[in-house]
Amino acid sequence: MRSFRGGIHLEYAKESTERKRIIKMMPPEKAFILLQQHIGAPCEPLIAVGDEVKVGQKIGEAKAFVSAPVHSSLSGKVASIASVPDCRGGESTAIVIESDGKDEIWEGIIPYGDDLNLLSAEEIKRIVREAGIVGMGGAAFPTHVKLSPPSDKKIDSIILNGCECEPYLTADHRLMIERPEEVIFGLRAVMKALGVEQGYIGIEDNKVDAAERLKAVIGDDSSIKVVLLKVKYPQGSEKHLIDAILHRHVPSGGLPMDVGVVVNNAATAVACARAIKTGMPLIERVLTVAGPGVKEPCNLEVRIGTPFEDVIAECGGLLGSPTKIIMGGPMMGIAQYGLSAPVVKGTSGLLIFSQKEKGRIWTGPCIRCGKCVEVCPMSLIPLELSHLSEKGLFDEAEEYNILDCIECGACSYICPAKRQNLQLIRMGKAEIVAKRRNKLA
Amino acid sequence: MEPVLLRSLISMGILGVLLGAGLAFASKKFIVEVDPRIEAIEELLPGANCGACGFPGCANFAEAVVSSQVSANGCVVGGAGIVDKISQIMGVESAGAVIPKKALLRCGGTCEKALDRGKYSGIEDCRAATLLGGGTKACSFGCLGLGTCVDACPFKAIEMGDDGLPIVNKNICTGCGICVDICPKNLFTLVPETSDVHVLCASTMKGASVRKVCSAGCIGCKRCEKVCDTGAISVTDFLASIDYEKCTTCGKCAENCPTSCIIVLSHQERGLVEVDDIAH
Repeated sequence: MRSFRGGIHLEYAKESTERKRIIKMMPPEKAFILLQQHIGAPCEPLIAVGDEVKVGQKIGEAKAFVSAPVHSSLSGKVASIASVPDCRGGESTAIVIESDGKDEIWEGIIPYGDDLNLLSAEEIKRIVREAGIVGMGGAAFPTHVKLSPPSDKKIDSIILNGCECEPYLTADHRLMIERPEEVIFGLRAVMKALGVEQGYIGIEDNKVDAAERLKAVIGDDSSIKVVLLKVKYPQGSEKHLIDAILHRHVPSGGLPMDVGVVVNNAATAVACARAIKTGMPLIERVLTVAGPGVKEPCNLEVRIGTPFEDVIAECGGLLGSPTKIIMGGPMMGIAQYGLSAPVVKGTSGLLIFSQKEKGRIWTGPCIRCGKCVEVCPMSLIPLELSHLSEKGLFDEAEEYNILDCIECGACSYICPAKRQNLQLIRMGKAEIVAKRRNKLA
Repeated sequence: MEPVLLRSLISMGILGVLLGAGLAFASKKFIVEVDPRIEAIEELLPGANCGACGFPGCANFAEAVVSSQVSANGCVVGGAGIVDKISQIMGVESAGAVIPKKALLRCGGTCEKALDRGKYSGIEDCRAATLLGGGTKACSFGCLGLGTCVDACPFKAIEMGDDGLPIVNKNICTGCGICVDICPKNLFTLVPETSDVHVLCASTMKGASVRKVCSAGCIGCKRCEKVCDTGAISVTDFLASIDYEKCTTCGKCAENCPTSCIIVLSHQERGLVEVDDIAH
């Protein structure tokens, strides 16, 4: 079975949600639409406080190319444009919308139909951009930018990422089982937008049921292949997906387009399919709510901007008091300071842990066993990087290619001395990037 | 005497004389002229290689002085004492020492006064903790107290206090500014040694928001601005700041500050402290 060098085997803990159907959550009373939910320029509000808005109406946009507009996920009134807690632990500007309970759809929403032959590549790109679609695996990179590579980069393959290699998360898995037609439609749309003949869907071996569903929809169309991959973390990293499926190596500091590939998430494909079929922009997404600290773990389809508190309430509330709340997966997600932040386009999950799972207080010295070197999927030397970073020798760390680290956390997970390798490396990366920025300024 | 011993003594002796002559010749022929002033100046400098002058080390600074790239008072650490001496060596008029500066932590949010919003169990480094959404302190401006400045200070002038905030030892601090650069919250500032009244807060949040997270923060009430006779205090962005040139250290602002975030150092234990002189 295809895979990549390095990586780790985790306890996947997906049982609690992988067989549960996606539940559509009722729209919240209040939605907090952050003006920056993506990588790139933040949006400027297009509406004023007191304005009436409807579901799907564009309420924020930026002029810059690398950006994505935001849309109202409720119908109601704009209560305020204020600074609210965000999922990164700080505060960001958000448009606060109070629902009028009618859930009326904006008049400007027009379906583009089910036939991709009637749409040109440019039209698809425009629809994707207008719908505010971003990478829904977590990084939230604007999808229309991926669909518009510079003319000197020839793209020949598209990979749809259905690996979902993070423990607990099953949102993409359920999407592929319940909406395989939309996944395939979205993939075909992306292929058309880029003029690519060959598409792949990479799925880990523990989701055979999803692969079967997708294969049934594809039928005998040879332009799309479903590839089963070994269950290993971080198989869902785009560089490793390309390595496993196409055996191409993305160069250091490079992007997938440097080897002629564009990688999109399965959920992103579904969002693209919806935007084309119904005209509805990205106003809701499926996320996994799981972990031992939540009463009824499930997969929910929620409106963007729903506060985490409401999401947890929908799942029956908390079990006891949580000791750790993570947005995203447990390996690469972001620890939360509370439940006041809203759902953003990149929220793939919300995990609640109680005392038993949270651990790691003791940290010992490095015994130079080399386990981190063995598991590092980027073939780096994490022990060296973390030592250099710890001592403040950032220039040397840069020579050891610290910036190639994808922050998967395998080195911290495997370390028998429980050293916080990844955190040290992250600090080093941040210091180097800050220094570069200062030099430019 | 054994002939073997004699022979080896003579041959080693001749070899020694020859090599010695060679070395003597080389030292004359290939001599590298070093300006004696560089060595003399280097001798005077503190030798801590702290980098506060903008050069990698004291030797580089000395070279730069001799080649007239920088003026003699570029070494803040050396202070008044060495400026005159360096000027003498260089044969120029003394540029006059810069007023010695000391590092000051602009935060008074001790463990008791400032709230936390979470537990942190990562590596003990403020720079790493700040990457996690600004750290666990509820006040986004406040000192995280993990001691990155303590480790970075080349003069060991900063210690971690029991109340969770670092303490700068005024006698040892040389004003090199390394803590100013390394603090991810930009809480350190260099203040004139002679100044005595300081604002121990860096928050530009509105008063109500400050009160929610810290009882020692500046709420921007402007009371200090009103009582100051010399106009040395001004409040901008809900934060008081002191013009040290105008300040007469009368202490009225500190008396009237409702949250006691303005302090008169000589009446306080916090901030800069006088500890028994160690080396200097």
